[in-house]
Amino acid sequence: MQVPAPFTYERAGSVDEALSLLGRYGPEARLVAGGHSLIPMMKLRLARPEALIDINGLAELDYIRVDGDHLAIGALTRHASVLDSPVLREHYRIFAEAERVIADPLVRNRGTVGGSLCQADPSEDLSAVFAALRGEVVVRSASGTRRVALREFHVGPYETAVGDGEILVEVRVPIRTSVGSAYEKVERRAGDWSIAAVGAFVVLDGDVISDVGIGITAVGAEHFTCQAAEELLLGSSVQDALVETAAATCAAACNPSVDQRGPEDYKRHLVSVLASRALHRSISAARGEVA
Amino acid sequence: MTATETPAAQTPATDSPARETLTSPAGNPLGFGRMLRKEDVRFVRGQGHYVDDLVLPGMLHGAILRSSYAHARIVSIDTSAAEAHPKVKAVITGKILETLKLAWMPSLSGDVVAVLATDKVRFQGQEVAFVIAEDEYSARDALELIEVEYEPLPAVVDARRALDSDAPVIRDDLEGRTDNHIYDWEAGDAAACDEVFANAPVVVAQDIIYPRVHPAPMETCGTVAHMDKVTGKLTVWTTTQAPHAHRTVYALVAGLPEHKIQVISPDIGGGFGNKVGIYPGYVLAIVGSIVTGVPVKWMEDRSENLMSTSFARDYHMHGEIASTRDGKILGLRVNVLADHGAFNGVAQPTKFPAGFFHVFTGSYDYPAAHCKVTAVYTNKALGGVAYACSFRITEAVYLVERMVDCLAFELGMDPAALRMKNLLRPEQFPYTSPTGWEYDSGEYPRALAEAMRIAGYDELRAEQSRRREDAKKPGADPAALLMGVGVSFFTEAVGAGPRKHMDILGLGMADGCELRLHPTGKAQLRLSVQTQGQGHETTFAQIVSHVIGIPPEDIEVIHGDTDNTPFGLGTYGSRSTPVSGAAAAVAAQRIKEKARVIAAAALECSVDDLEWEHGRWFVKGDPSQGKTIAEIAMAAHSSLELPEGVEGHLDASVVYNPPNLTYPFGAYICVVDVDPQTGAVKVRRFIAVDDCGPRINPMIVEGQVHGGLADGVGMALMEVIAFDSDGNNLGGSFMDYLLPTSMECPSWELGETVTPSPHHPIGVKGVGESATVGSPPAVVNAVLDALQIRAADMPFTPAATWRALQGRPLRPDLAIE
Repeated sequence: MQVPAPFTYERAGSVDEALSLLGRYGPEARLVAGGHSLIPMMKLRLARPEALIDINGLAELDYIRVDGDHLAIGALTRHASVLDSPVLREHYRIFAEAERVIADPLVRNRGTVGGSLCQADPSEDLSAVFAALRGEVVVRSASGTRRVALREFHVGPYETAVGDGEILVEVRVPIRTSVGSAYEKVERRAGDWSIAAVGAFVVLDGDVISDVGIGITAVGAEHFTCQAAEELLLGSSVQDALVETAAATCAAACNPSVDQRGPEDYKRHLVSVLASRALHRSISAARGEVA
Repeated sequence: MTATETPAAQTPATDSPARETLTSPAGNPLGFGRMLRKEDVRFVRGQGHYVDDLVLPGMLHGAILRSSYAHARIVSIDTSAAEAHPKVKAVITGKILETLKLAWMPSLSGDVVAVLATDKVRFQGQEVAFVIAEDEYSARDALELIEVEYEPLPAVVDARRALDSDAPVIRDDLEGRTDNHIYDWEAGDAAACDEVFANAPVVVAQDIIYPRVHPAPMETCGTVAHMDKVTGKLTVWTTTQAPHAHRTVYALVAGLPEHKIQVISPDIGGGFGNKVGIYPGYVLAIVGSIVTGVPVKWMEDRSENLMSTSFARDYHMHGEIASTRDGKILGLRVNVLADHGAFNGVAQPTKFPAGFFHVFTGSYDYPAAHCKVTAVYTNKALGGVAYACSFRITEAVYLVERMVDCLAFELGMDPAALRMKNLLRPEQFPYTSPTGWEYDSGEYPRALAEAMRIAGYDELRAEQSRRREDAKKPGADPAALLMGVGVSFFTEAVGAGPRKHMDILGLGMADGCELRLHPTGKAQLRLSVQTQGQGHETTFAQIVSHVIGIPPEDIEVIHGDTDNTPFGLGTYGSRSTPVSGAAAAVAAQRIKEKARVIAAAALECSVDDLEWEHGRWFVKGDPSQGKTIAEIAMAAHSSLELPEGVEGHLDASVVYNPPNLTYPFGAYICVVDVDPQTGAVKVRRFIAVDDCGPRINPMIVEGQVHGGLADGVGMALMEVIAFDSDGNNLGGSFMDYLLPTSMECPSWELGETVTPSPHHPIGVKGVGESATVGSPPAVVNAVLDALQIRAADMPFTPAATWRALQGRPLRPDLAIE
């Protein structure tokens, strides 16, 4: 049995209590929600928090709702809830498409949206989804709340803008109309991390791309996106060649590491294939075509 | 050995074989047929009892410190801080074991293995120190308090460089050792083969790697050892596929009296060859109990299992196949470079250093064959176990089935037609292969025809042609899936084995069995083999039921406890049914014959006047005058006067020495769809026609086949343990070592033919490893057929498939660069 190094365990009953516990235990404390990333890392002793603050009791952070012109997702919302949410499905198919290929049902029943983002794994699918959608996160501390654009949220592998004494409480995504979205992922096996994955949304005004977002994970894309490709597409009319150029731009811009999931040439190639497919399917969906 | 049962008659492939239709009061078949597994009553309720479930009073817990280096000299080990941990009871190092002469132990292949490293570490994950503490958490915490100073050495990672003159010598512990060579071994007639190849119209050569994979059973390995200082008895609860062999080895190695050793193998969560050998952790638990005087438990974690216990395969093969221009195979030869890791710990019969690899001539009729195997040391975990491989037959079948496909590719022939043209014909059996194996029985063309019928082979090829034509049309979708159809035909050689040829550490591979009928007609059957999930408690009861007609639910199968079962070599290499199953059948036959004598005494008639039907001896011509086995069992224990020389009771004890191996076979067809842009492979269909002789419990056979097919998909598409240039293990967790899930498996399409073994008392052949042996080449052949290229090495991960399509295939055994 792999066992973690010794740690203290606390259970928070509210966000305020969790914040106060974070204050008490300091920077070596970690929040635990689903635990499907943190606890395996603790068992391998790659993570050695001195205290675990369990926030699974914070039902106040488990919701998916329309909040004005935004979708608001509570940090403790489980992957399974995202997968099954009619509200999310109505606005963005990318959520269900991504969630369907995140880990397996056991993990999706426990893992949370907030936990996934804060773990900040370089291969996290939801990071690509929210980066594509230009979401923002709401972070609370004892002194108040602040909002951080998802594209500014990650400051490095496994590092985020959430500071000591702060809790990510909500993720927000603008609601768009005439929008289509899609998520494309290739993995070695169901439940494995992505070799590469690309998500996209496209808003069409007639035949003109009036808004577009691209999210890329697992291949070292800066901020989980490719702004150059987005700029190439924005304001243009839909053309296959343009989509291919944008996809190639994504491939050139990413910075894949070489590992047992594949060599660099393959990963770059895969990014262009998946970007092309995600964009094409987003465009079709924006046109109202049945995928 | 005379069989008194007639094997089931051969039946046409499309008919279901003859089944016994009588049922027991519980609704189970009286003999062969489908019934739920008796053991599942406890498993589905979570009431199985595994080694790690065992808790003994005062029990301590052990943990092993392992090397982070693949190759390094140990400069010093400081255990003082660990010993000072308040809950630590003892810390054992190699130096301490040296004083007990236990630092090294014999391997199963004439080598020695370090129990704890003394001089050097030779693979990443090797055992360096053992901490014994009051609880598992403290033991693990204390591991971090041990300071080991290493002097890193260059590692031998690529087996192809192991024999280079400048390669570091891994085994400098061995007297006079100046290189990493272990052995050369060959089989077949090299000169005759050379002549055939020199004159052959077509010769195709191909390098093929069967990469290192791991058995990865659900339950990892572990032991609870208890040396009772008062009685002097050592009890070892352990994850073993061969409890009796372990007992004898402990006696031989440690000098412990064998009658004072009890090895208990409780419920085992999968073996697949991983639990044949004895690991350092087992020995350390025993030493720990001797040192501390209380029970010690050691249970490895998943990474320890993947990184340090026996791997499988790791064969680098160079095959050559010769044929006529119209596809009549003339010969096959192969050179193998076998990566054995840092110690030669291969588990196989003594006279077979490369296992049964020389059965590589496969299922085809040609006279010339030769193989040469060169084994080398590398800085990797030891092994070469049967991972459901029947002693290297997996590698052999993969070689021949890949080579036949390479030949088909070069000749432009359909791979099924090429196989059909060359398969051994029924009239050739019993058939002696060019390397000396005597195949007992087979109707190969029938099995292949049946697989092709189920697959709709011609329609599949027509669909493939259509798709390939469509892909050539202008404006064709570049993402259109590439369809591939792969065929494999395998012959297994299982049931090791005849004791004059086969032993492990000098122990002949015969198996004992005891059948005891209680006065009320209920029975206990004691086996030397140990189930790890195969369903022995059900299958063996059905064998006895088949012979003497009592219900399977009335037969308790007892196994896995050396104090309560007869000696035998255990369960691996698909040997349980061919060997122990025969022992059980013969024991039941002896009971039946003795029952006849007792029935004659009870009915006051001659034995010659009695006839047998449905578990009952009765007087010829007067069926009302008869005795059931239960009635005879009571009579055998009663005051009934028995004939001169006939003892009372109704028991039998048998040691079965198989006259030959059994040769199950099968024809597999796999259909895949490959995304040409991403390299992703989807197995669309898999058709498996197995012939393992009569099926004792068809449901269990099908379950075994399902598992083996999933194994095959795993090995073909994702399973591999690669190493980086420093010797770091890149498959040390289930994040990295990928096992297939239901998502990667199609709905298996099974078929069967029935060709009984002529020498087995009930005609059965063994099936545990058939699907693992037969399926990888079918999947690989299908992928390569889809890509329309001749060769590339598995596993076909998306990256590997795409790179193969680009003509730049990846080396699966090394880190991707």
